[in-house]
Amino acid sequence: MNKPGTLVWFARHELRLTWRDGISMMTAGRPGRGWKLALGLTTFILCMHAVAFYALRRATALAIERDLPTLIAVTCTILLSAAAMLSQAIESVTRIFYTRSDLELILSSPARTERLFAIRMATIVLSVGVMSLFLLGPFIDVLAWLRGPRWLGGYGVVFAVSLTVTAAAIVSTVALFRTIGPKRTRLAAQIAAALVGGAFIVGLQLAAMFSTGTMSRFAFLRSRIVEGHVPNINSTFWWPARSALGDLSALGAVFITSLALFLLVAAYYAPRFAGYTIEASSISRRRNSRKAVRLPFRVRNAFAALRHKEMLLLLRDPWLMSQSLIQLVYLIPPAFLLAKSFSLSGRVAVILVPVLIMAAGQLAGGLAWLTISGEEAKDLVQTAPVLQSRVLQAKIEAVMECILVVFCPFVISLALFSPAQAIIAASGIAASSVSSAMIQLWFRSQAKRSHFRRRHTSSRIATFAEAFSSIVWAAAGAVAASGSWMALTIAVAAIGILALVRLVSPARENEGPPNRQVVSASACQQEFRSDV
Amino acid sequence: MSPGEFYMLLGPNGAGKTTTLRMISGLLRPDEGTISVFGIDAIADPVAAKRIIGWLSDEPMIYDKLSPTEYLEFVSGLWSAKTDIAERRARDLIAWLGLEKHAHERCEHFSRGMRQKVALAGALVHEPKLIILDEPLTGLDAGSARLVKDVLLERVRAGCAIIMTTHILEIAERMGDRIGVISDGQLIAEGSLLQLRNRVGSGDATLEELFLAIVGQDTTTS
Repeated sequence: MNKPGTLVWFARHELRLTWRDGISMMTAGRPGRGWKLALGLTTFILCMHAVAFYALRRATALAIERDLPTLIAVTCTILLSAAAMLSQAIESVTRIFYTRSDLELILSSPARTERLFAIRMATIVLSVGVMSLFLLGPFIDVLAWLRGPRWLGGYGVVFAVSLTVTAAAIVSTVALFRTIGPKRTRLAAQIAAALVGGAFIVGLQLAAMFSTGTMSRFAFLRSRIVEGHVPNINSTFWWPARSALGDLSALGAVFITSLALFLLVAAYYAPRFAGYTIEASSISRRRNSRKAVRLPFRVRNAFAALRHKEMLLLLRDPWLMSQSLIQLVYLIPPAFLLAKSFSLSGRVAVILVPVLIMAAGQLAGGLAWLTISGEEAKDLVQTAPVLQSRVLQAKIEAVMECILVVFCPFVISLALFSPAQAIIAASGIAASSVSSAMIQLWFRSQAKRSHFRRRHTSSRIATFAEAFSSIVWAAAGAVAASGSWMALTIAVAAIGILALVRLVSPARENEGPPNRQVVSASACQQEFRSDV
Repeated sequence: MSPGEFYMLLGPNGAGKTTTLRMISGLLRPDEGTISVFGIDAIADPVAAKRIIGWLSDEPMIYDKLSPTEYLEFVSGLWSAKTDIAERRARDLIAWLGLEKHAHERCEHFSRGMRQKVALAGALVHEPKLIILDEPLTGLDAGSARLVKDVLLERVRAGCAIIMTTHILEIAERMGDRIGVISDGQLIAEGSLLQLRNRVGSGDATLEELFLAIVGQDTTTS
């Protein structure tokens, strides 16, 4: 049963690695945080159940029928979840191709690697399903509690969707690999994952805006336009929705179909994955012939050199590109709304302004992390004859320049029909971006730029503070756009949050004169000895 | 140390070599004592001291997304070098270290040796008076190591002072004008090879034998 090289043996190996990787990601790799993690997860799950109860308590008073509007709404919810799950699955499949870790060891061994890859595909199904259950599970539980156990079929639907999207992710990533080559697939897959994650909700939003003139997805889904364009109520198209609504025979059919699809894809592609990973590896080992643009050698002053370097690195960072793209995708609906409502009243700004402020805060946080914590040559910059405060100032200015470039067109467009709203938006964008950058500055750590995806794990406080600060600034912007002076109170609250974050930040403990902001030698030696 | 001197700092693992070098470079703050770099108090005025120091660690500090030329342009900017002088110096260093073919390629797929050469060029491009090197030859092939050693000896001949740590004692024996042995954070022996031989009382001992004798004595005494 446990013979080396068998499916079960590989499954044990992979599950152990996945489990430890997951724990390390949630505890930021620090030991002795197990009980805190358990407590945090329990609290999160309980809170999610409370949210689900609050959201569903009115719905359960109504009779949920398997009528067309309900089936449409449930199908769209499944599609929405599937888009997010597909995005995660594409990223995981890409990691199989490009992450080396133990792959070279296993590929150089006489073990049958198709078994390993089959297990890795199954691990994706499991991880995508479990991650989705963190959000969807509480809703399923509350429905089962209030409306009967048949609703537990939702768990089956989640894993059926997980099987299907993993199969789709494998096929689409391999298709990318074969068409554009291993060199470009990594970036293309990242962008595709980001776009897929945001595309469905954005598409729905756009359709809602153009058909009914509102931002309400639910009004759109229940409209006659949609009902007139969907299959008949008895169509198999509605089986996934029927499964989620507790139809066990539909659930059985959906699950078996998804499983068969996944097994087919896994059986076909698992033996080919070794070849793909070797191809991907050859590309990364091949000497890079990518030439940088040849510009005349020009020495800038230290401050300008730092800013120029940060801008170059940000522009050349594919991780950032995909992350920025998703931020920009979410800006599409407000952009269209802006275009559509050019001559409408200032009420549009109440929706637009907070979206812009929120996006700016999140983008600035990511960029600030890249420039401050993701400094690749920390020693070089620290040994340069420049005050560290000036170095940080240059980095933050580079971030602000990027924010300016991204958000300027939106603010200018807004200014064309409402200068006052544009000023509110610009002030909110500036406040939210500066706040996020300051939080990243206070919670700065040393990390690799390639760990951008995991930046949230290094400090939970920083993550929540950044999100919370952006939300409060967005709220202040929305209230200001609606013409209320209450916005000032909310802005003061946002500043208060920042002050609180500053108080609990590690930066406060390390404060000192600019030329003394370095670690003491004894602390370093102590750390070294404990490492040894 | 005086200009044109090659100083080798040796010691067992965990002795405090890297900590010492990082303190001189301004990367660590000493708990007590003073650091003087050619008459400049490096603790009171770190920026002035850093202006004349070049630092290179065993882990090359370069940017994957910049080309060697862009990297040297950036370093020159940090040290406020003049464009024409820095450009000439960067071109010479790139040629000297055999990087001309890759001068405009991004460093992301460079081998370890190439990355180390780029980092070395960065440490030298602003013409520092004091070059601090922490295990600069780690992971280099014979050809690259030879090239790096030649560049360093040229800098010494040009009047630069170099402090270097290494575990390759043959290199320390051949290149070092003065050798310091550190153990548990204390300088336990210092001098030329001849002076160390006299101290141990072995006229024809290799540096390896001297080092083991000195470190062994120190361990026994402590």
